[in-house]
Amino acid sequence: MTTQALDHHDHHHDADSMDIFGFWIYIMSDCILFATIFAVYAVLYTNTYGGPGIKELTSLPYVLGETMALLASSFTYGMAMLSLYKNKKSQVMMWLMITFLFGATFVYMEVNEFIHMYLEDHSWQSSAALSAFFTLVGTHGAHVSMGLLWMAVMMIQLMKFGITPAMNRRLTYLGLFWAFLDIVWIFVYTVVYLMGTI
Amino acid sequence: MLEKMLFGDLTLQAIPYNNPIIMGAGAFMAVAVAVVIGALFYFKKWKWLWTEWLTSVDHKKIGVMYVILAFIMLLRGFSDAIMMRAQQAIAVGHSAGYLPPEHYNQIFTAHGVIMIFFMAMPLMFGLLNWVVPLQIGARDVAFPYLNSLSLWLTIVGAALVNISLVVGDFAATGWLAYPPLSELAYSPDVGVDYYIWALQISGVGSLLSGVNFFVTILKMRCPGMTLMRMPIFTWTALCTVILVILAFPVLTVTLGMLSLDRFFGMHFFTTDFGGNAMMYINMIWVWGHPEVYILILPAFGVFSEVVATFSRKKLFGYTTMVWATAVITILSFIVWLHHFFTMGAGPTVNAFFGIATMIIAVPTGVKIFNWLFTMYGGRVQFTTPMLWTIGFMTTFTIGGMTGVMMSVPAIDFQLHNSVFLVAHFHNVIIGGVVFGYLAGLIYWFPKIFGFKLNERLGRYAFWCWIVGFYLAFMPLYALGLMGMTRRLNHYDAATGWHPYLIVAAIGTAVVALGIGFQVLQLMVSLKDRNKNKVAGDAWGSGRTLEWSIPSPPPFYNFAFIPEVHHRDAFWDMKHNNSPEVKRYYQDIHMPRNTGTGFIIAIFAGAFGFAMTWHITWLIFAGLIGIVATAIARTFNTDVDYYVKASEVEQIESQYSHR
Amino acid sequence: MANHHDHHDHAAEKQYGTSPKTLKAYVAGLILCVILTLASFHIVEHRTLSNLELFVALAALAIVQFVVQVVCFLRLNASAEGRWNLMPFLFSIVVIAILVGGSLWIMYNLNYNMV
Repeated sequence: MTTQALDHHDHHHDADSMDIFGFWIYIMSDCILFATIFAVYAVLYTNTYGGPGIKELTSLPYVLGETMALLASSFTYGMAMLSLYKNKKSQVMMWLMITFLFGATFVYMEVNEFIHMYLEDHSWQSSAALSAFFTLVGTHGAHVSMGLLWMAVMMIQLMKFGITPAMNRRLTYLGLFWAFLDIVWIFVYTVVYLMGTI
Repeated sequence: MLEKMLFGDLTLQAIPYNNPIIMGAGAFMAVAVAVVIGALFYFKKWKWLWTEWLTSVDHKKIGVMYVILAFIMLLRGFSDAIMMRAQQAIAVGHSAGYLPPEHYNQIFTAHGVIMIFFMAMPLMFGLLNWVVPLQIGARDVAFPYLNSLSLWLTIVGAALVNISLVVGDFAATGWLAYPPLSELAYSPDVGVDYYIWALQISGVGSLLSGVNFFVTILKMRCPGMTLMRMPIFTWTALCTVILVILAFPVLTVTLGMLSLDRFFGMHFFTTDFGGNAMMYINMIWVWGHPEVYILILPAFGVFSEVVATFSRKKLFGYTTMVWATAVITILSFIVWLHHFFTMGAGPTVNAFFGIATMIIAVPTGVKIFNWLFTMYGGRVQFTTPMLWTIGFMTTFTIGGMTGVMMSVPAIDFQLHNSVFLVAHFHNVIIGGVVFGYLAGLIYWFPKIFGFKLNERLGRYAFWCWIVGFYLAFMPLYALGLMGMTRRLNHYDAATGWHPYLIVAAIGTAVVALGIGFQVLQLMVSLKDRNKNKVAGDAWGSGRTLEWSIPSPPPFYNFAFIPEVHHRDAFWDMKHNNSPEVKRYYQDIHMPRNTGTGFIIAIFAGAFGFAMTWHITWLIFAGLIGIVATAIARTFNTDVDYYVKASEVEQIESQYSHR
Repeated sequence: MANHHDHHDHAAEKQYGTSPKTLKAYVAGLILCVILTLASFHIVEHRTLSNLELFVALAALAIVQFVVQVVCFLRLNASAEGRWNLMPFLFSIVVIAILVGGSLWIMYNLNYNMV
């Protein structure tokens, strides 16, 4: 009986495509999660218990700013992936840092908005509508924050391990995650902030 | 002050010293745990436990641990059933029974939660873990480490439920914890919080398993195994995990919002500040209905395998079986309102969902006919799995028919929340899910352990279960039609319900005897295991790939990944004499064991306990622990290894020498 | 070695079932999304549409931007490999439509009858 060395390289390809498919399916479940929160928001957003609606509590130019920050970060993450395919580690780091900054700006602006609303006594405890608002927008923001943490870990690992198949795979996951979050945000700003003015 | 910081709301008063039943149960649990820990010390098996079980990423072992969890929780959930039946048999007229209402409410809540989440679901994932990779010719699941994590998250959820017995209370709201009762205003104690976190934590485990098996089935089938050549059990497993992936996030959100109401004072489902409790009921059943199909589809898969194997005939109508399963999967998303026809959505809405519910009975009927046609003309062997299958066919059909009755909204208005409903769902869950999983357990036990279970005791167990089931639940159909509501702790003598409830209690005792026979069966089979060893094709008439490898299989399952040309791949190999292909052993790529799943789950459990008791430092410690452990794992590059071809050869040669 | 890696990575993309990520796709996506976003905010600020028209327009703009991001950023496609990703995606959308639409219909009726 002879033994044949396994072609480890091909094995990595197949395993990677399977792993990324698995992550995509997880993203699908996260879509259902957000859809459910949207449904609850749609049912409860008029129950303001006499309080003001979202349109009175938020500033559209501010939200536009947040939106542009997140959109920019999606683009810059794409640039990071392109650099990754060209094997340019320091470029990847740079684009990831820029993405991180845009993402952190988004989170900062959102937390800032939340704090303002809280201090003006319009908190998640004030009404069902506000509970739904803080939860929908907050869940998205929490996902973005987790993405930022993940991005920071990626940058550390990039420094430590360089560009490896595992890093490639992980950055692909994060790319899917990050794009998914920008897609969910399209619906958040449309349904909550823009349609809130109707 | 320091106490508040360290322990949150937890005090020694949380232990119910003055409740003898709970203290007795707690003592029993403590003794059981002490015996296990004592044995581990005495036999010096701590290292073995850690390296062979707690850190295992082998799907076969993970399956075994799921089954063990399910069996232990079956005993706990069944004790609740005995207590309820005993109470209802004696609490008539002047007698208040032995269980005060607050305690009785916790018992029926715990019974439902345990049976669904910690008995049926783990049993299902246990069978999926045992069988699916073997049936598709794979060496493990797609994500072995996540598999381990899922198991431990489920176990930790069960642990929280068990801790709630002696530290604090459990929820007293029914297994779905409807608001407003489950809100802080009406359930101020920790019970609902235990409930929420036990389910949230194990729910993450379930979701991850769903993704895992979905990818495994779609991407890890051996060469030649197209979707339409997969064994039917694998098809039902695939449809089941599709339901898991799509439904569990809804449960996570709904329970999450309830906990936001309770923990952060939000108003999703409160009675004031604009909350809408009806939304909870809507969303919980959006999850709840797919959940019951998640439970039943693998059982249908088991029956398909068992019927074909023990009729020694190929399954009749494979294609229609696949289509029926797919149709059930899709339809299960458009019937959920039938669980709350009476909440007041009106005739149009009720009519739509009523009709959809009736339609969903049709593909199940197709399946029953296919099983009957498989048996017809076959050479049927009435082994224990076959007995469970035949028992299922009659019992489940009755349960299904009562379901179709209640799908008519006008009838449902009379029967909703009566014990007719209770009888219906036990009819389909016991007759369908439990009978199916027990059949599957007995059918695949020899494959995983290498020896058969004692047939005679298995038969006794079956007869006790089926007779006991009918005695316990047929009276409930009559009682429901007579107007008895569910969850009653006491009733008047003038109702005339008493004799029926005595019969029901006797039925429960008969089922208990059946469970006793199963425990005995396990013990006797273990004792006699060397006399009952089996070959790879344990039953002699196996049709699918899992029977082509030794029992128990080597840790890598297949030395050579099979190549498949037809359905019933193993039957094909046995009977079609394909020429022997000269094959060379190769290095096999295997994942390393890891304790990460176990550790993350422990942190998750600590987090759940801390959220329940408002122990702030532990909340943060738990969360940080989970995240830090998960991140730390990603820095570990030594997560897999290769089994040298020579070692594989050595292991395989030991089989041919038996 | 560098060539070997390039081959490795492009082959890898094929196996992930998405179209290759290119600068062109990202830039096109960014520009389109900026336009669509500004359009949404614009029609809200300058109230020339009726409420219903505004609702429909906002929904349409959101859906179009959704498609743009899926195609340009996620690079989802209907090729043989891409279908593996597309099918779960489409099925999830169908289920979301049923769950959200169904819930809204049910809650509307419940609130009408019961509140």
